[in-house]
Parts: sequence; structure tokens; C-alpha cells
Amino acid sequence: MKAAARTPARTLFEKVWGAHLVREESSDTPAILYVDLHLVHEVTSPQAFSVLRERGLPVRRLDRTLATMDHSTPTLPRGADGRWPFADREAEAQVAQLERNCAEFGVELHGLGTPAQGVVHVFGPEMGATQPGMTVVCGDSHTATHGAFGALAFGIGTSEVGHVLATQCLLQRRPRTLAVRVDGALPPGVGAKDLVLAIIAKLGVGGGTGHVIEYLGAAVRALSMEGRMTLCNMSIEAGARAGMIAPDDTTFQWLAGRPRVPRGDAWEAAVARWRALATDEGARHDREIALDATTLAPMITFGTNPGQAIPVTARVPDPSEERDPAARASLEGALRYMGLVPGQPIAGRVVDAVFVGSCTNGRLEDLREAARILRGRRVAVRTLVVPGSQLVKRQAEAEGLDRIFREAGAEWREPGCSMCIAMNGDRLERGQTCVSTSNRNFEGRQGAGGRTLLAGPATAAAAAVAGAVADPRRYAEATP
Amino acid sequence: MTPIRIIESRTVVLPRENIDTDQIIPARFLKVTDKAGLGKAAFADWRYGPDGGPVADFALNRPEAAGCAVLVAGDNFGCGSSREHAPWALVDAGFRAVISTRIADIFRNNALKNGLVPVVVDPASHAALLAAPGAPVRIDLEARTVTLPGGAAVEFPIDAFSRYCLLNGVDELGFLLSQEAAIAAHEGRTR
Ligand code: SF4
Repeated sequence: MKAAARTPARTLFEKVWGAHLVREESSDTPAILYVDLHLVHEVTSPQAFSVLRERGLPVRRLDRTLATMDHSTPTLPRGADGRWPFADREAEAQVAQLERNCAEFGVELHGLGTPAQGVVHVFGPEMGATQPGMTVVCGDSHTATHGAFGALAFGIGTSEVGHVLATQCLLQRRPRTLAVRVDGALPPGVGAKDLVLAIIAKLGVGGGTGHVIEYLGAAVRALSMEGRMTLCNMSIEAGARAGMIAPDDTTFQWLAGRPRVPRGDAWEAAVARWRALATDEGARHDREIALDATTLAPMITFGTNPGQAIPVTARVPDPSEERDPAARASLEGALRYMGLVPGQPIAGRVVDAVFVGSCTNGRLEDLREAARILRGRRVAVRTLVVPGSQLVKRQAEAEGLDRIFREAGAEWREPGCSMCIAMNGDRLERGQTCVSTSNRNFEGRQGAGGRTLLAGPATAAAAAVAGAVADPRRYAEATP
Repeated sequence: MTPIRIIESRTVVLPRENIDTDQIIPARFLKVTDKAGLGKAAFADWRYGPDGGPVADFALNRPEAAGCAVLVAGDNFGCGSSREHAPWALVDAGFRAVISTRIADIFRNNALKNGLVPVVVDPASHAALLAAPGAPVRIDLEARTVTLPGGAAVEFPIDAFSRYCLLNGVDELGFLLSQEAAIAAHEGRTR
């Protein structure tokens, strides 16, 4: 113990950051950070592969590069003619371009119709490719998801995708750290999505800018891996680069046996290494905020950014009570876009559609949560249930969840981003309102002129049944 | 990349806070495999009405916006998606700098790689800029200053490396490729 006391106490972030420094930051140059895992998808990679081609460069580490397709892919099955029902020629061309690029450069691709394909942030962990202590990047801001495993994982732009393909490195300035401590236990009927919406409401959509968040506290430790991924996934919605949770037995149990994790003695050695990643006692974060889990309720957004969230039992805020003129204008604009009246209860707001899916809430546990409410009931509005990956789809079907959804009148689809981003033809019509388990309620995110209310799977399912925003706890079953 | 030293232009002002990259370029325009010509999609859902015609009073559509290279926007500009299509669209639309009180991390990184200068100023300078749409400003990258409508110059933060790259038109990939020995050594250390 005496020897250990001499090494300075470090946070989880500091340990992972320090182990990946090819070169330290100086006053003239940023740090050079080594990337252990690079995930690739069709939307943000074509121009990066073009740069490699122009410069005659290979992909430096094919063993650290893994591709799938999700954004532009259809969620309806292949037609009788064997063709995929792409939304348009551009979507089809983009997917074909990824296939060509991966074939030409030798990148492992899990494409449409293959057993591991899925939304990139559901797929990476399922492959066991995401592991504790790694640096993980992808040309996608929700790469923060992978921080649930104690990895330092963040989104990058397409130029940087090219940098990583060519050099396995990124130029980075060291971010600051923000501890988000959640003590107590979440009440029944309140889940990880509700927790993260409450955190973003507290921090604000720009409150985490320049920071990496570490989630700590009893309520975080009690979350399943699925819940932890939901939590870390939305770190970017508070402006943070990444969110991290120290790995523990929950993490190791979830990872054991996945295709890319070590086996036998190597597994034991890895687990021992991973256990040492947790933030040391006495280590300091640059900032810290705290929440009490016991006071939380199911949350839903009312506005046009993910920080505009309230309990499902609350009323829409009144802009006239907002002192700061810019914030008042932003609130007024949001309510106008959403067609909401200040002071009206959010419950009872009529909706046109419900979407259950995405890298935030498209995993098995999320589908179970929605199914618990939909079992034996009928949906009142168009309801799309889109599993996050082929694996989630198979697991859900093995449990009979697909039947519950179909019998309730919901559509059970093929995996993909679908109505989270509305690139593949699944979208809202102008003026329609949707309760969605995705992560962004920006104007037009689910289709031009569409209005999005973000919530967890139970709240979305309750809205599907009621045809309006409703408290999911009213629909919870009394049976075990 | 073309070296940038001085940007002199009148401003276009979008006072909204938290302008996300889905507004800068909606997702339906991301199904491209190159980066040319995205300028017409910049702010598409604010610029064009449901019928596809231009919204007359939207700042970018006003005649005085023609030729403007500096965008002044509300707090926390560029939040949300990591799409580099956002700076590609802004640059293609003629912008060379964005001024706000806060600029989201990934957008900032992407902007720097495309010759779009992210300028963060204090709330008072920002208020002066918001209050004077179309005012002439001068951004001096060497001096790290922006000259406000009243003539006062304020400093803005930019790290030495990004500034060097912009001033000299250097791209980061070339720098990273020159670090091969250090990268290989790191790979040797960590197996
Ligand atoms: S599900 Fe939505 S947020 Fe997640 S990767 Fe796909 S488009 Fe992005």
C-alpha cells in the first residue's frame, strides 16, 4: 500500500489518456493520441477514403478498423427480387461506396444482410470490439456510447477519419474532466434515459463543452450495461466530448465470450488490468455536479434541444419567467416550433407517431421495456420499433417481443438508424409530432417540419397506446 | 488549403442560441460521397419554405448578405452531430469565419480543418456584433484579434498549432504522417 501511495491519484480519464499518448502536448503542438478502435460507417467515411486514394496511402491498422452500415440503410426487408428497398439512388450509392472502399482497402465490413450488422454504436460493443481502457473513435458524435465500458470514446469529423485511417492517430488537446455524481437509487419506472435527460436539463446543451464526463455514484453503478450505454450515449447532448464509467463486474460479465474479447488466461489478465482503471481515491475532476436519483421521474423533452426536458407530470415552462433575453427568445422559438402553449401540462399532448430504436434505446433491454407496456394493448398511432442490430433483432424474436409489437399494431423493422435521423425514408411528415427514444429533438431531425419529443422506451410505449404523452407508470404491470 | 491571414467582411447575424449542425445542413443532404457544392444546402430548412422558395426575411437570403464571409451566431454554435458537411457547406456558401460566445468542440475541430476560422468572443463584444448586422469586421489571425464595429479590437483564443496551420495552409495529415517513428515506437511499447 505504501508503494501505491506514492503514485499520484488519477481519474479514469487520466489513466486512459496517459496510456495512449504517442507524444505529449506542448505549447506549439497538440498531443498525439493513439486510437485502439476505429469504427466506420457509410455517411462520414467516403471523403476520407478519397483522401487516402489521392495520396496513395493504405489503412494503417486493418486490425483496429471495423465497418458497418446503418444511416442510409432501409429498415424494410429485401424485396422478392433480392434488392434492398433503398429510399433513393443517393442512399444506395453511398452504401455501395462503403462496400467498394472496404473491399479496396481491406477493411472488415459487416454490411446489409449479414448477421452482425447494426447501428455502429450497438454493433461495436456486441462484437466485443469496444473494451475497457481503449481509445475508440468514429465519425459520429454518439461514439460517446462506448465510454460505458471505461473506454475514452468520442466522435470525430471526416478529415479526422482520414487521419486515423492513415496514421491510427489524432491530434488532440487535453479536455477537462467533469464528474457527474448520481447518488441514491432510481425510483421504480425511472430508467437511464430519464436520468440522462435530467442531467442534460441541469447542465444545459453547452454545459459540458470542452469536458469529458465521468459518471459516478450508486445509481450509475446499479445500471446494466445497456443503461450505461444510454447514459454515455447522450453525453454529447450536453456538449461533452465523451462520457465514461469505470468498468466493474457488470462490464466484465457483459463482455465475456463476445467475438473479439480475449479468451482463457488472456481474459483473466485483461480483467485484472481493467479493474485498475477506476478513478483512484483522492483523484480530482476539474468540475463536479451531483444529482439525487431518488427525486427523479420519467422525463420528456418539450423543446428543440435535448436540454429542454421536464418530468412527464410537469407543465411546459413559461418564457415570460425566463430572465435572460437570449434564453427567453430560444424558449419562445422552441415552443412556437413545437406548437406548445406555456403552462400547458405536457401529458395529454396529442402525438402522430412513436419511434422506439436508435443507438440510445435500440438494445434488447429497451425493447423489453417497451414490450412490457405494449403487451396485450393496441397502439393508437403509427409506431415503429427498430432493433439496434441484427443480434438485438434475433434476441428479441427469440423472446417473442416481435409478436408483442406486431399484435399491438406496431411495425417491427430491420436494424438501422431509421427515424432517428430520417435519412433512409423513415420519417415524419411536416407538422407531425413523434415521441422518440432517440437522442436529438432538433428541428426537422425526424423529417423536415417534424416535431420530436425525446423520452425513454416506457414513455414512448405509453404514448403509443394513449395516442398522447402519458405517464408510463400508469401502464406498468402489477404482475412480476 | 489556402493560407488565411486577414478576413475583412461585413457580417451576417443569426442571433439564435444552440444552432445545431442539423440546422446548418439537414441530414437528407448527407447522402453524398464528395464535398463539393454543399453551400446551397446550408441552413436549407430556414432558407427555403415548404414549397422550396426562399424565405424572404431569413438573414442569408437578404440582398445585403451577398458576399459576406463572417457569420455571427448565438451562443453554443455547431452543437450536435459531428458531420463535417456543416463546415463544408458554410465554406462553400462563402463563409471564412464564425463568431460566437461558445463553439461546440467537434464543429470547431472540423472548421479548423477547412479554413473556417472559429472566433470566440466575450459576451459584451458578442452583443455589439449581434446588434449591428452587416457591420464591417476585420479578423487578423496573426494578431488573433477581431476588430468590432466601433473600431475596438478584441483578442480571441486560438491555439498555436491551429493558427500556424491556417496561416500557412498546412494540413494536419501531413504533420501526423511525419510522426511515423513516434507512432511506430508507441505501437512497439504497447505490443
Ligand atoms: S441511431 Fe441516430 S444518433 Fe445513433 S448513430 Fe444512428 S443516426 Fe446517429
